[in-house]
Amino acid sequence: MFELFIVVLDSTVRLSVPLLFACLAGLYSERSGVFDIGLEGKMLVSAFFAAVVSFESGSVWIGLGGGIIASIALSLVHGVAAITFRGNQIISGVAINFIAAGLTPLLGNYWYKRGGSTPALADEGRFLPIHLPFAEEMKDVPYIGNIYEELISGHNFLVYLGFAAVGFTYWLLFKTRFGLRLRAVGENPTAVDTAGISVIALRYRAVIICGILCGIAGAYLSIAQSSGFVVNMSSGRGFIALAALIFAKWKPVNALFACLLFGFLEAVAIPLQTYDLPLIGKMPVQFIQATPYILTVILLAGFIGKAIPPKAGGEPYVKER
Amino acid sequence: MSDKATLPRWIDIGLLPLINLIFAISISAAVVLIIGENPIEVAGILIYGALGYEEGIGYTLYYATNFLFTGLAVAVAFHAGLFNIGGEGQAYLGGLGAALVCLNFPNLHWAIIIPMAIIATAFFGALWAFIPAYLRAKRGSHEVITTIMFNLIAGSLMSYLLIYILSPEGTNQPLTDRFTPNSNIPKMHDMLSWFGIEFESSPLNMSFFLALLCAFGMWVLIWRTRFGYAVRTQGFSPSAATYAGISSAKVIIITMCISGALAGMLAVNESVAVAERLIIEFAGGFGFVGIAVALMGRNHPVGIVLASILFGILYQGGADLAFEIPTISKEMIVLIQGLIILFMGALEYMFKPVMLNVYHTLASGQSDTSVGEAS
Repeated sequence: MFELFIVVLDSTVRLSVPLLFACLAGLYSERSGVFDIGLEGKMLVSAFFAAVVSFESGSVWIGLGGGIIASIALSLVHGVAAITFRGNQIISGVAINFIAAGLTPLLGNYWYKRGGSTPALADEGRFLPIHLPFAEEMKDVPYIGNIYEELISGHNFLVYLGFAAVGFTYWLLFKTRFGLRLRAVGENPTAVDTAGISVIALRYRAVIICGILCGIAGAYLSIAQSSGFVVNMSSGRGFIALAALIFAKWKPVNALFACLLFGFLEAVAIPLQTYDLPLIGKMPVQFIQATPYILTVILLAGFIGKAIPPKAGGEPYVKER
Repeated sequence: MSDKATLPRWIDIGLLPLINLIFAISISAAVVLIIGENPIEVAGILIYGALGYEEGIGYTLYYATNFLFTGLAVAVAFHAGLFNIGGEGQAYLGGLGAALVCLNFPNLHWAIIIPMAIIATAFFGALWAFIPAYLRAKRGSHEVITTIMFNLIAGSLMSYLLIYILSPEGTNQPLTDRFTPNSNIPKMHDMLSWFGIEFESSPLNMSFFLALLCAFGMWVLIWRTRFGYAVRTQGFSPSAATYAGISSAKVIIITMCISGALAGMLAVNESVAVAERLIIEFAGGFGFVGIAVALMGRNHPVGIVLASILFGILYQGGADLAFEIPTISKEMIVLIQGLIILFMGALEYMFKPVMLNVYHTLASGQSDTSVGEAS
C-alpha cells in the first residue's frame, strides 16, 4: 500500500512539472497585467521546436533552447498585440492557440512526413533521469529509502528546476525591486508610470519571462517526458495550468500546491477507474479529469475563498487620459 | 476622443479590416511559400474546391451554417461587453438536448419533433451559458475563465455520457443510436429536386435558413428592441446602464443565455440534420472559430453572414486542398484562422495610427491636422 502510494506520488510529480512551469509563466504575465490564455499554444510550439531542434542537433540543451526561443517568439506576438497595439488580450491568446495548433502539424508533416510527429529522439536528445547519490544504497531502508529512491531521486533535470523555479519566483516577486514593480504594474500601472518607470518595458519583460517558462513546460513534454513530438501534445495542459493559476490566487507557492493537486488528480484518474471505491463504486475517469475545472469555477465564484485577479489585468495601458 | 482621432466609417469598418485581412493572408501565403508550394496555385485550388462545383458550394454553405451560429453567439455577448468563449461547450451541450429529444420521442410527427429538437439544442446551450452568466452577474467571476472551464467540463461530461450512458448496448464507440427518421431535416438538394432543380448532393440543409433567420433576429433584438438598447448600453458603459436604471445582472444573464442558445443550435446542423446522431467532439473547433467570425463581421449580422461564408470557403477549400496537395495538411486552415484572429482581432488597431496620419494629411487644408495619437 505504502509503495503504491509512493508510486502515485512519483507520477504526480512527473505530471505536475509541465503544469508548474506553465502556471508560473502565466503568473508572471498576469501579475504584470497581461492576461494570457495562450499558455497552451506556447507550450505546444515549444514542445514541437524542442523536439525538432533536439533531433537535428543531437543535443538536448540546444533542443531546450530551440523550444524556449519558439515560445518567446509567440510571447512577443502576444506582447506586441496586447502591450504595444493595445489589442484585446483574450483574442490574442485565442489566436496564439490557433496558430500553434495549425503551425506545428503543418511544419512537422512537411519536414518529417509522419503525420505531424517528429522522429524518436536518442538518449542524448532527451533529459534523462538523474540518480541522486546513495539512491541505490538506501533503497532497502524502510520508508525513507523508498521515498528517497523512488520519489526524490530519479527525475530529470527539469523536474528539479521546476521546484527551484517556485522558490526563485517567490524571491523575485516578493523580495526584489523588480518584483515589486512587476506586481505594481499589474495593480496600478498609472502609479508605476508616475514613478518614472516604463509600464511597457516592465510588461514586456514579464511576457518574455512567461515565454521562457512556457518554453520549458513544452520542452518537458517532448524531450523529457517522452522522446519526440506528437500532434496536439499539450492536450489542454495550458488550460489546466491556467486553472491552477487561478486556484493558486496568483501566488507562487500556492501555484506549486495547485499544480501538485491537479497533477495528483491526473495521476490517479486512470488507476482509480479499476478500483471499486467504498460508497461511490467505480469512479469514471472523466469526472476526475473535470475536477480541476470544477474546483476552479467554485473558487472563482467565491464559495471557498475568493480568487481576485490583478486589478489592471486585461487592460491595455494608455499613458495620457 | 476628439475629431482628430476618428476616421470616416468606410475606413474604419471597410478599409482597416481589409488591410488586416490582407496581412493575415500574406503571412499565410509566406508559410505556403516556405513549405515549397505556390501560393497562387494553392489559392486557386482552395477557391475552386469551395466554389467551383455544386457539391463544393453545398459544403461551403454547410460549414458556413456552423460558423453563423457560433459567430452570432459571440457577437450577441460582445454587444453587452461580454466575451463568451464557451461556444464550444454550449454547442456540445446543445447536441445533448437534440439527442434527448430525438432518441426519446421517436414516434412524433416531424412537424412536432423538429421544432422540439431545435428548442432543446437552444435550451441546453443556454443552460450551459447560464451558470457562467449567473456567476458573472452575481458573484463577479470573470466569464472568460468560467466559460473556458465550462468548455472543458462539457468535454468530460459529454464523453462520460457518450461512453457510458448514451451509446447503445454492445458498442464501444462513443456515439448514440441513429436519430428517428422523423427528425430528419431536409437537405438542400432534396428540396431543390422537389422543384425540379438538379443539385449535387451535399450536407447543406434547411438549418442554413434557420441560421439566417437567427441573424435577422439578432439584428432586430440588438438594434430594434428596448432590450437591445439596454444590451448596447451595458456594453458601452456599464455604469451608464446602472444610472439609467438598467439591471446589469439581468442584461448579463439574458444576453449570455441567448448567446449560449445560438451556440447550442450548431447541433441542429451538425447532429440533427447531418450526422443524425450525437458523435463525440462534434463541435470540434467551431465554437472557437465563432470568435474570428464575429470579429471579422464586426459583430453585425450582415458582416457575420459574409464572414461565415468566407470561413466556410476556407474550411471546404482547405479540405480539398489537403487532398490535392499532400504537403499542405488540413491544419493549414487552423493556422490561417489563427492569423485572421490575430490580425483582425488582437492587432485591429495596428494600422490605425498610420491610417489616421495618412487620412488627415490627405484630407487636410486646415491647420489642425497634427494627429494627437502617439504610440
